[in-house]
Amino acid sequence: MSPMRRFMSFRDFDWLLFGMVALLCTISVFEIFSATLHTKYVGFHEKQIYWIVGGVVAMFLFAKVDYHKLIDWVPWAYGFCLISLIAVKLVGTKVLGARRWIRIGPMHFQPSEWVKLILILAVARYFANLGARSLTWKDIFKAFALVGLPMMLVLIQPDMGTSLTYTPVLIAGLFLGGINWRQALILIVCGTVFVAGAWSSGKVLKPYQKARLTSFINPGDDPKGSGYQLLQSKIAVGSGGIWGKGAEKGSQTQGAFLPIPHADFIFAAFSEEHGFVGATFVLLLYFSILMRLIQNAQTAADLPGSLIIMGIVAVLTFQIAVNVGMVIGFMPVTGIPLPLMSYGGSSVLFTFLALGVVMNVRMRRFVN
Amino acid sequence: MAFDKVTRGEKVSGVKLTTVQYGILALMLALTAGLWRLQVLGAQNFKVLAEQNRIRKVPVLAGRGKLFDRENRLIVDNYPSASCFLVREQNHNIDADLPIIARGLHLDLDQLRATLKRYRSAPGYQPIPIKEDVTADEQAFIEAHRNELPELETIEGERRLYPRDGFAAHLIGYVGEVSEEDLNQTRYAAYEPGDEVGKAGVEQMYDQILRGQDGSRDVIVDSHGREVGYLGTQHAVPGKDLRLTIDNDLQRAAELALGDRNGAIVAMDPRNGEILALVSRPSFDPNAFTVRIERGEWNKLITDPDHPLMNKAIQAQLAPGSTFKILMSVAGLEEGIAQDLKVNCSGGWGPYGFYHHCDEKHGAVDIHNAIPYSCDTFYYQLGDKLGIDRISKYASEFGFGQKTGIDLPGEQAGLMPSPRWLMRGYHRRWYPDETLDVAIGQGAVQATPLQLARIIGGIASGGHLVRPHVVFPDQMDPTFYKDLLETLPGSGTTDIPINPEDWVTITDGMAAVTQPGYFHTAGSAHLEGIDLAGKTGTAQVMSHEALAKTDKGMKTRPNVWFVGVTPRRNPELVVAVLWQNGEFSFYPARLGARVVAAYVEKQRRLANNLMPEKKVMPKPAEVGAIWTEPNSSPDSAATAKIHGGRFLVGPAGIVDQPVSGVRAEAVTKAAQAVAPPAQARAAQPGQPWKPEAEKKQ
Repeated sequence: MSPMRRFMSFRDFDWLLFGMVALLCTISVFEIFSATLHTKYVGFHEKQIYWIVGGVVAMFLFAKVDYHKLIDWVPWAYGFCLISLIAVKLVGTKVLGARRWIRIGPMHFQPSEWVKLILILAVARYFANLGARSLTWKDIFKAFALVGLPMMLVLIQPDMGTSLTYTPVLIAGLFLGGINWRQALILIVCGTVFVAGAWSSGKVLKPYQKARLTSFINPGDDPKGSGYQLLQSKIAVGSGGIWGKGAEKGSQTQGAFLPIPHADFIFAAFSEEHGFVGATFVLLLYFSILMRLIQNAQTAADLPGSLIIMGIVAVLTFQIAVNVGMVIGFMPVTGIPLPLMSYGGSSVLFTFLALGVVMNVRMRRFVN
Repeated sequence: MAFDKVTRGEKVSGVKLTTVQYGILALMLALTAGLWRLQVLGAQNFKVLAEQNRIRKVPVLAGRGKLFDRENRLIVDNYPSASCFLVREQNHNIDADLPIIARGLHLDLDQLRATLKRYRSAPGYQPIPIKEDVTADEQAFIEAHRNELPELETIEGERRLYPRDGFAAHLIGYVGEVSEEDLNQTRYAAYEPGDEVGKAGVEQMYDQILRGQDGSRDVIVDSHGREVGYLGTQHAVPGKDLRLTIDNDLQRAAELALGDRNGAIVAMDPRNGEILALVSRPSFDPNAFTVRIERGEWNKLITDPDHPLMNKAIQAQLAPGSTFKILMSVAGLEEGIAQDLKVNCSGGWGPYGFYHHCDEKHGAVDIHNAIPYSCDTFYYQLGDKLGIDRISKYASEFGFGQKTGIDLPGEQAGLMPSPRWLMRGYHRRWYPDETLDVAIGQGAVQATPLQLARIIGGIASGGHLVRPHVVFPDQMDPTFYKDLLETLPGSGTTDIPINPEDWVTITDGMAAVTQPGYFHTAGSAHLEGIDLAGKTGTAQVMSHEALAKTDKGMKTRPNVWFVGVTPRRNPELVVAVLWQNGEFSFYPARLGARVVAAYVEKQRRLANNLMPEKKVMPKPAEVGAIWTEPNSSPDSAATAKIHGGRFLVGPAGIVDQPVSGVRAEAVTKAAQAVAPPAQARAAQPGQPWKPEAEKKQ
């Protein structure tokens, strides 16, 4: 233990990464304030501040625990995740037709969010144990089962958006864990056939989910129906122009044309009020954060460490791509929040816990 | 950098990480390109669209479902009503107009200013509701001042109309504006501020069914939010009507029986748990809540020491007194103790140092006369033999200390004490004297009238206990009802078999309670020809010693109970009556008997399919009539002969021929228009009208 203590200190903490994250959180709080000013969600920016402070504290605590220990514990945590997902189906609170929330005391939690983190650790552990050897089909199927089980449980809540965010964990694991081209090609073909089959069978997705998925292709067809949100979002982003309309001045955001402007569509609200300049600045910030994370993965002491960080990179990249893609009309409406920007306690907590693990790996990069 | 690649373990290949980096870069460039396309290339286009984005949804309010009784008689209706709103956006100084508006609409100026202040942070286009249920003269005021006060708007809507005099008020509940605390709860996730929502009773519990779904109208507005036209309308889906299990006749009988006494009556069908009547006193007028309730009235309601807003039938938790002895008898008989217990009552019993009084010196008492005598001495000894653990086991099994799970909000659980409860809550040991108090339904035992109705009704049904409900479940989606019941945990529907012999003993004992007889506690509630069984209860609010020292005012009188069933075994009806500070327990027994009598009389009337006896007309009435010849053609109307006559009409038809026949030759057209009298026509149903007098001529 003693050599480890010697090498580990908060001087090695990634203050640059933390600074960029803090800047993004500040932008988020201001935009939530602006977007909720005239809605029934007014005051949510204060709640978001509490979540962020709680998240930062959790991040520092998590950075202290050796990630090797986390990896040792992960089978237990994985089992607990499955139980909590089953519990939420049985005893969860029903909000607008879906059971996603579990109530502990005065607070509501969405277990599917923290399942993500456990899944990242579980996949990292799995591929790290396999070593760098090339994967057999058996290895690949086991990895599918590992991710597929919680994914199915979340899909039946129903919460399609969150269950989709589990796939990049699997893809990143397979890619970095040593899948070869032939296997990848076969999987892609099988996956396409499976998705097409599931789509046409009509049993996996609810009609409203299908409608949301298809309406993005041509939202103009049905401006008042399921394409409404996307159309309003595009108008919001587009009308922002190069410099934006200014904080609290976006007519789409303030006039309640933009749906849930503080959560899923916060990037649209931000783009309307701060224009192309503001939006690209935020994207640049995200890009820098991701690059910094990958650098940390490169310098990690061992295979599990870099696999964990790359799992986190995969999830964050996926969420950014899908959310921003949705806002600018490239992607369907899936209800996936933008990490560190969208309002929501579970999402903020997940991101900070994930960053805590990254810090953890980084601080132990000289430990062997 | 002191790290050596050779000593490191296996690592992710750098090529793959670089691939990922380039992948992310490509993604970011694609997203930036998307932003460029929208915000730089498409900016002008989208700015125009944002300007033109002028369709706003304006809600069309859905009518709230009506409430009916079990025979589909209307209880709660809606009536059209107009509300007045203040529209702020016209370049007009509203503040200066406020005194005029306040005077014209009969509003308090300070309250009006406070309302405006509350809405200060709301967007400018949102109208502020300032007065609901505008009267005709206020509407005239608004119309007359269109030019001077352009900011006033009226909107038509519907309001709730509740029965007068607080009839079934606690059961029905009332509606009001959804509060901010409510909006933060998950079950109100779909509600918006300003929505009307059920606040109590059935209105609250079944709000989701009753409220319907507001529609919307697509209104074209300019960039400042002012309306300039309509596009289309999505019609509101009115709320579903609900049929309650209440029987209006019985509810009325119960309301009249309780009068203005402080207490509650609940009547239930113990076979299925349908609540037939539920009364709580003092009552309140729910109509006062549909328009925003005035502060003075509200303060009066919440500070009244008799708690008018409390539904005492499900919320009053009081010592059940001697009604608890029915449960004691079940426990004693089922355990095989009470059958052989013979007690000599000399006015009380006190083996543990504290002397426990009985109301009378009953002499020799066994289980058969212990119930009608309500002999405390017998139950002290029975309780002592059973012990608190067995008593509390039986009581909890039958539902004391648990909610019944009725579909009304705010039900209370009551309390069934036990040594464990005492140790956990008060950290002290249980004394045997306390067992004796519990044995006669005093001490810490607490029950609600509804609980007693369920338990005693269940015992009289041989141990078939039911979950009470006030709405027929077949009117709603089964999953909705299941979810609803899940939120109302309670003792529910259970079967606890009681030995048939014991069952007969107890129910016969209860039947003797209302039979005239020496020491019988409710002989004066006897109903001739009706099998009324029951049990009275007197629960002291002060001990004998404390009572001796007070001025014996109203509030020191005992609370009195009666729980009655009819018939005594497998009853169709159970009635629980609570009269707070009512002093003597045969009083509530008489009230209960009135409800039972009303029920039985109605059932007999229905069973024999007899109409209620009509008042016979004392003598035939004299009726005058004019008519034309049946076959006279309409063309020759001017010359048709008009006949006139007078008839004596009795209940069975025409009893006498014309008193005098008059013929009128010269007639006007006006006279022809007069229709033959209804009585005369009704005399021969099914046949073309032909007056008797005509035939006889």
